Amino acid sequence: MRHIVVLSIALVVSLLIIVGCANEPEVREVEKIVEVERIIEVEVEKVVEVDVDALKSDIVANYADGVHASYSRSLASARAMDMAIDAFLADPTPATLEAAKRAWLIARDDYGPTEAFRFYSGPIDNEEDGPEGLLNAWPMDESYIDYVEGDAGAGIINMPDEYPTIDADLLVSLNEEGGEENVSTGWHAIEFLLWGQDLNNIGPGARPVEDYTANENADRRSQYLEVVSDLLLVHLQDMVDAWAPGSVNYRAEFVMNNDTAITNIITGIGELSRGELAGERMTVAYEARSQEDEHSCFADNTVADIVGNAIGIRMVLEGDYGTVTGPGILDLVAAEDSALAERLSAEVAMSIAEAKQIPAPFDQHLREDVPDSSPGRSQVLRVIELLENQTDTIVSAATAVGITISVS
Amino acid sequence: MTFKSLCGGIAGTVRRHPLRYCLGLSALAIVAVGIAAVIDIRHRAEAEARLADEINSLLVEALGGETTAFTTNRNAFSLSARNLTNLERRRFEVGDSFFNQNWVTAPASTDARDGLGPTFNAQSCSSCHTLDGRAEPPKDIDDPERGLLFRLSIPGTDAAGGPLGDPNYGGQLQDRAILKVPAEGRFVTSWAEISGSYDDGERYTLLQPEYSFDELAFGDLHPELMASPRIAPAVFGVGLLEAIPEADILARADPDDEDGDGISGRANMVWDVRRQQTGLGRFGWKASVPTVEQQVAGAFLGDIGITSSLFPDENCPAGQDECAAALNGGKPEIPDFRLDRVTFYNRTLAAPAMRDVDDPQVRQGAGLFLKAGCNACHTPKHTTGESDIAALSGQVIFPYTDLLLHDMGDGLADGRPDFLANGREWRTPPLWGIGLVDNVNRHTRFLHDGRARNLAEAILWHGGEGAEAKEAFRNYSRAEREALLRFLDSL
Repeated sequence: MRHIVVLSIALVVSLLIIVGCANEPEVREVEKIVEVERIIEVEVEKVVEVDVDALKSDIVANYADGVHASYSRSLASARAMDMAIDAFLADPTPATLEAAKRAWLIARDDYGPTEAFRFYSGPIDNEEDGPEGLLNAWPMDESYIDYVEGDAGAGIINMPDEYPTIDADLLVSLNEEGGEENVSTGWHAIEFLLWGQDLNNIGPGARPVEDYTANENADRRSQYLEVVSDLLLVHLQDMVDAWAPGSVNYRAEFVMNNDTAITNIITGIGELSRGELAGERMTVAYEARSQEDEHSCFADNTVADIVGNAIGIRMVLEGDYGTVTGPGILDLVAAEDSALAERLSAEVAMSIAEAKQIPAPFDQHLREDVPDSSPGRSQVLRVIELLENQTDTIVSAATAVGITISVS
Repeated sequence: MTFKSLCGGIAGTVRRHPLRYCLGLSALAIVAVGIAAVIDIRHRAEAEARLADEINSLLVEALGGETTAFTTNRNAFSLSARNLTNLERRRFEVGDSFFNQNWVTAPASTDARDGLGPTFNAQSCSSCHTLDGRAEPPKDIDDPERGLLFRLSIPGTDAAGGPLGDPNYGGQLQDRAILKVPAEGRFVTSWAEISGSYDDGERYTLLQPEYSFDELAFGDLHPELMASPRIAPAVFGVGLLEAIPEADILARADPDDEDGDGISGRANMVWDVRRQQTGLGRFGWKASVPTVEQQVAGAFLGDIGITSSLFPDENCPAGQDECAAALNGGKPEIPDFRLDRVTFYNRTLAAPAMRDVDDPQVRQGAGLFLKAGCNACHTPKHTTGESDIAALSGQVIFPYTDLLLHDMGDGLADGRPDFLANGREWRTPPLWGIGLVDNVNRHTRFLHDGRARNLAEAILWHGGEGAEAKEAFRNYSRAEREALLRFLDSL
């Protein structure tokens, strides 16, 4: 029965072909139509291609503007912090110390998102002169700077004979000693000098105001704090300059090659998302079980640090840097695979929302006596998994736009 | 004996129809010659086919088996084995952190990371093994030493049969120290040029380092001091090397050169601190360390000043009072569970893939590598046995080492014995990833002290058991040398 059906169809088709051949002009018409369709397709492809190139260009330009705006904002709030520190040093009281601490916390919030601009040997962390190590290195070698619990005479501050003058030259040269950072500068050095060691199981460090008035080497401590705060501004200014429009600088080169730029942009957020944030800053802290093995251990500001980093990833994806908005990486992904872009957007929003839900202070979840089942540790693990997951999607998104990135 | 006399002689003994026999024999001989020729051609063809097979066997991308990472950028040595589970990858990340981040002076709030020094060479593993890769020697006298250090010993052995340290400075010169503790001293390098030429007349120069010690804080070095410079090597793939069955390594040893190929290959038998017994040495420039764990713990103490359960005592020789009095970061400073993570990290750093396996020049170079006999020590292929890390078990790998000791001649000799290794012997270093050092570390300095400025110079330094292979390279044409180097660069 089936054979008969097949045969019949074959017969009909043959007949149609014969009829078709007999009617050549019609065949030509069909051919013409096919040809026209082909031309249209090619043209449409061309139009799409041009769009993608223009889109890439816009994304890269918007990114450069966004990076510049982000560092400018960070510099502005760091300046406010520097002023608060100067005010504190001019008149050291519990109230001025609190004001300086508040200013540090605010400035830190603005710096966090800029870490999404790392991990591709750009201005912040290129091997030659990237100041990342001077700005944000961790862990702090506290007793290289000042006294610590268990070593009352420790640190450069307490060694006036060996280091009579504390100034920028000294700190920069000490950092260069041995060709690697001794970590005596940056955010965490300022944090240590404002808060002191976190010897308190629950709250942050509580450095006495007397460290800046009556206690031994108070003048040298004041000098040290003033110098590291000034240095921080210098390094942030360098970042602002490197990304400023209309200059002969890194940015000018960056926007010349869109494909390289986009690879770098995506590599930066991918590496921050997994290797740095989920890995180094959260998994390591989670696994190492050492209470102060966290980034802002003196101020207990680590949850805010994590949220700041996660927000930086969203900024780059969405192209929304607050004062600067425009096309972001998600627009490029959406041009290839809109469902993937939506998924990534949702995952990033979820990571940020869940990171905010980690109960602060972070160090409470690192103590040896806290079970894995505790709400805090569970939430930390949940955010780690969300970030890992989101990184897989970032890698897929890169692949969708024709870029191969490898993140550790 | 001529054919004629042979023919006549045989014919004579048979005594019947001599001419017929002779003719018959002649015909037979001709046929035999013909057959021999055919066989010869076939043999040659077979030999060529075998060589082609052997070359093909080297043109494999996955040098680390299923662990292999396919990246050629700066992170080429820093990726985890591809076949790890997610949970294993987290162990890797923790180890990564303790390998990469600085250690700080004790006491510190970050009490998992304090205990630096009192004397030390580096603040982190990664400051010398930059991006898990190779260090280079100091560029000039002002260039801070990072990644080249000196092992020190005097005649005799310690209780375990290992080198006996200098009485004032111990087994290694630490050139840095924490605040208020004096560093031991430093070394100064000067370079002399040696020139030579290839067989085709092309000239080359080699750099011969000369070392002296300076700023010594604790008196003279011992009059019979033996000092050996060591550069920090790349650290990926060591878990796979550890998983090569011991019997396979020992099977290649030929200490008395019984096969007469001019290459001995000796196993170093060393002290296994964890097991408290003698074991096969696999790691370090003289194969003086039996396990990755002991290598990591040894480097933690010797290079950074971090004590562990394997090496519980700070490195403060008698007379270094400030060192002995300095505060420590716990006893031990790195507890076993964290040492385990750093060991795990080292063991599971993936070997990178070979590139350009289809390139004709690479293929030609692989043939010339075999022809020169480089593979006699740089054994290309191994199969790992069972490992406690499943990802490392049963992997077909291409590290290009036999993990054995070889006399490398006067030019490279350090004159400092280390367990069974004498002052002229070095362990064959692996070659995998060697072409990516430039991508990762932005230099091409090779050999135990980084004296070779490129791979050609590294080959030209070979002496002793490596002299014959070196001569083969020296006698190659320029195109052949380039092909051989291209092959090495593709690894």
